[in-house]
Amino acid sequence: MTSFRIDGGTLIDRDDVREFTFNGERLRGFGGDTVASALLANGRQLVGRSFKYHRPRGILTAGAAEPNALLTIGRDGRRDPNTRATMAELFDGLEARSQNCWPNVDFDIGAMNGLLGPLLGAGFYYKTFMWPAAFWEKVYEPLIRKAAGLGRASYDPDPGSYEKCWAHCDVLVIGAGPAGLAAALTAGRAGARVIIADEGAQLGGGMLAEGGMIGNKPADAVLADMVGELHALPNVEVKKRTTVFGAYDDQVFAAVEQVQKHLSDAAINPDRAMERLWRIVAKQVILATGAEERPIVFGGNDRPGVMTAGAMRTYLNAFGVAPGKQVALFANNNQAYQTAMDLEARGIEVAAIIDPRKCPDIDYGGKARLIAGAMVRDTAGRKAIKSIAVRHDDGRDEMIAVDALAVSGGYSPIVHLACHRGARPVWSDEHVGFMPPENCDGMVPAGAVAGKAGIASCFVAGATAAVSVLNALGLNAAPAGLPDTQTADDIAQGTVAIWSVPSSKGKAFVDYQNDVTAGDINLAMREGYDHVELAKRYTTNGMATDQGKTSNVNAIGILAQNKGVSPGAIGTTTFRPFYTPVSFGALVGASKGFEFQPVRKSPLHGWAERNGAKFVETGLWYRSSWFPKDGETFWRDSVDREVMNVRENVGICDVSTLGKIEIFGADAAEFLNRVYCNAFLKLPVGKARYGIMLREDGLVYDDGTTSCLAENHYFMTTTTALAAGVLTHLEFCAQVLWPDLDVRLASATDQWAQMAIAGPRARDVLAKIIDDDISNDAFPFLAARDVSMFGGRLTGRLFRISFSGELAYEIAVPAGYGESVADAIMVAGKEFDIAPYGTEALGVMRIEKGHVTHAEINGTVTPADLGMGRMVSAKKDDFIGRVMNMREGLVDPMRPALVGIKPKSLADKFATGSHILKIGDEVSLANDQGYVTSMCYSPNLGHAIGLALVKGGPERYGEEVVIWNGLAGTSITGILCNPAFVDPENEKLHA
Amino acid sequence: MSSLVKCPHCGLRPREEFTIRGEVPTPRPAAGADESVWFDHVYLRDNPRGQHREYWHHSGGCRRWLVLDRNTVTHETGDVVDASTLKSEGRA
Repeated sequence: MTSFRIDGGTLIDRDDVREFTFNGERLRGFGGDTVASALLANGRQLVGRSFKYHRPRGILTAGAAEPNALLTIGRDGRRDPNTRATMAELFDGLEARSQNCWPNVDFDIGAMNGLLGPLLGAGFYYKTFMWPAAFWEKVYEPLIRKAAGLGRASYDPDPGSYEKCWAHCDVLVIGAGPAGLAAALTAGRAGARVIIADEGAQLGGGMLAEGGMIGNKPADAVLADMVGELHALPNVEVKKRTTVFGAYDDQVFAAVEQVQKHLSDAAINPDRAMERLWRIVAKQVILATGAEERPIVFGGNDRPGVMTAGAMRTYLNAFGVAPGKQVALFANNNQAYQTAMDLEARGIEVAAIIDPRKCPDIDYGGKARLIAGAMVRDTAGRKAIKSIAVRHDDGRDEMIAVDALAVSGGYSPIVHLACHRGARPVWSDEHVGFMPPENCDGMVPAGAVAGKAGIASCFVAGATAAVSVLNALGLNAAPAGLPDTQTADDIAQGTVAIWSVPSSKGKAFVDYQNDVTAGDINLAMREGYDHVELAKRYTTNGMATDQGKTSNVNAIGILAQNKGVSPGAIGTTTFRPFYTPVSFGALVGASKGFEFQPVRKSPLHGWAERNGAKFVETGLWYRSSWFPKDGETFWRDSVDREVMNVRENVGICDVSTLGKIEIFGADAAEFLNRVYCNAFLKLPVGKARYGIMLREDGLVYDDGTTSCLAENHYFMTTTTALAAGVLTHLEFCAQVLWPDLDVRLASATDQWAQMAIAGPRARDVLAKIIDDDISNDAFPFLAARDVSMFGGRLTGRLFRISFSGELAYEIAVPAGYGESVADAIMVAGKEFDIAPYGTEALGVMRIEKGHVTHAEINGTVTPADLGMGRMVSAKKDDFIGRVMNMREGLVDPMRPALVGIKPKSLADKFATGSHILKIGDEVSLANDQGYVTSMCYSPNLGHAIGLALVKGGPERYGEEVVIWNGLAGTSITGILCNPAFVDPENEKLHA
Repeated sequence: MSSLVKCPHCGLRPREEFTIRGEVPTPRPAAGADESVWFDHVYLRDNPRGQHREYWHHSGGCRRWLVLDRNTVTHETGDVVDASTLKSEGRA
């Protein structure tokens, strides 16, 4: 392979030699190269295979729009598929691989698909694979997936970290070409807080491709001066390698910054992010995103060696890479002639300039032969272009030998960000392109995106735009004094639209990445899919990862041409974020692995760990579920023991995860009275009360206890699951419904460690550490007040409440004391055989006692359904849910209501979710009597027990029913009973 | 949907700090009001193309309930007020 590297190249550093591999072959490039420029410099024109036909493909562009040169770069967890070679900076040791080819890019079996072309046209999925349906999953889809596709994602975790940030500024300048630079300088000199962001590794945009002089200075020196001044301004933040990829409401923009993705493994600092996702809030925005050069649609326009004219100029001037030795230009506008001039200036032969315009209004001073009124209709060459077939104005054909072809079909302003919020771009016949919408959502377009061409007019446009936004900010400003550009060429474009070459031979590609041809679009039209959105989906034009940056306008042009209307009448498809692909890493940020979500640990977590707890995740919480002892191999061994120990001796359980809300205020009692369905107005100081909260629709929302700790000071507990929901609900009631009430709320869930001490010896244990008298007389059931502990060294809150049904207390201490207090209770309880118990044992005991949880409070039940209808106050004027709770359907006596259930044959088991049927009834929805909401094995009773919601409820105690499990296909006979299996007379509670 | 919400207490904040409850319904009826009035309050919600008055909770900020006028087409938001002001106007 000969080297195509020539002199010059403003971006590369020839002292910085970098080695890389391409499909395993070792190659060299320079610092400043992109992978694309380095491949071209090494004579690699063929870099990949196309999506559908596996055609050889090269490098079409030098920027973000690249549809062809998608490579897999990196290895292991750092492997990024579908990376645009034109945007990937070369680093030492980089590994690049071609995609979608087998066995290799030079010899690819899939290229046979090219022969099947007639079968693979527009809509082929719909037509070819219609039937038989069974074939789709087993035959068609695997075949298509194997044949068509892009790179493969790595299975290894990405070792890099990612982060997200917000930024705020007065003026956001998007794009750092000549217009953006002039705008940022003007705004920066005026003292505004400026952020200028550009996707490139270097600022400059179109100026980077400029090889000549601007005024009397070389273009790169002018650029260096401007960039240097921007960096020196303290109020200007320069963001290189930062793509603004989405425009959102309220002038908030999303951008992704490449922080270290362009560095070699050795250079990466593991403490820094690989990429950073920015959300930028801007008061004013200047859109200086430039314009995309369009390819021309002609036969064989995808052969490696075909490149846009502007890209060729960039490789030549910025990277010192010659596209070939004998080059032709096929262009319908004057600006592209600059490429031919620069090629000739560097001694590269321009074999011909083919211009479809009959009389191009340009005075080309170079040596190249100008063929006016002609078009390229075909190309030849197996893996790279060897010649072009030119159809002259008079119908004569001519072959011209070339090894590279520059094409230019005009320029499409990059209007995406101006259209992300729904505005449509406007067609301009003058510019032969879609221009930014008139009201750009507060953005001011400047430069090529607004149809300007040439560096001089872009400078002026950028500076003028900056003055207008600075004035809107109330700052006086003048356009920045900019380099003398009088002698710079300000070329009028003079573009004449040419949407496809009519005499094309062979496939003429519109969308390179998805292999959509002009023929496909014509076929879609013939079959009735002529609306732009339908044609897009039928042909898949513009649906690849490049989102049609080089293809959409040409497709619209072809549709318009065929229908005989203006492209403006066809319109565009919808522009949506993201402008270019964004890595999942950047979107995920730090939220992965352990950091995916917070872990909430109880203040007693360490105590539970020391006691051997097995933990269960409930929401964000880790709760201790059981505490196995030596020799216990099965979870129920532990749970049964824990339950029996509580019933016979005493146990300790962590209940810190329950929601805790402090309630203060002169109207706190009235407030509680309105949010609970039962009475709370007269709850005395030092007492706790069980309360049920309804939703406004009359169904139960949550339950818990609230204690009056002092006048105007209450302490509410909620279920673990609804801790946040209840606080939000209370805030709504207090702020919106009754702002006149004097009440204040504060979450205290994390401030208190709370443990339940339950069992016949509970009082004996606590009496050893609590100084106050806690005898039954002094501290009866439902007492709640501060107590002195450990000889006055600590004050705790003691509540005599019980979920297990035993003599029980809950003691709350400030969270930091939790573990010490729990340890002290274990020591104090040793003589009474105290043992910790977990949520599983708690669950067994509450079912044994017939207490409900959210298994029963499932959003469909009223207090009456749960056997607590009498709790609903008939005296209160108003409380949440009062009126709707009295609705006809909610007071129907045949509603499902809470019952206990047990198997008739005590050895039988049954499952939660099983349905209840009358004996002898057929299994049908109409015959359904209800369902089992909770079940467990009761070690006290020695058999399975459960709770169920059954029609008629308590009226049916003693009835034999069928417990039907449709999933397992089993049914057993059960007996309905009182849900309080243990201590129905509450003797233990009051002991 | 707005990217930024102007909380009357905290200023301009990202919308991720807020939780949306939905439309501000008819005012909560008096206890003795007709059942149909209660039905409207509990269940009747509009889904307009255009102006929409919603309850937003600054759940990741000051924890105040707010009322926000939002245009579902243009995404423009008008004044944002503390929801406690609705009661005195008979709208909550």
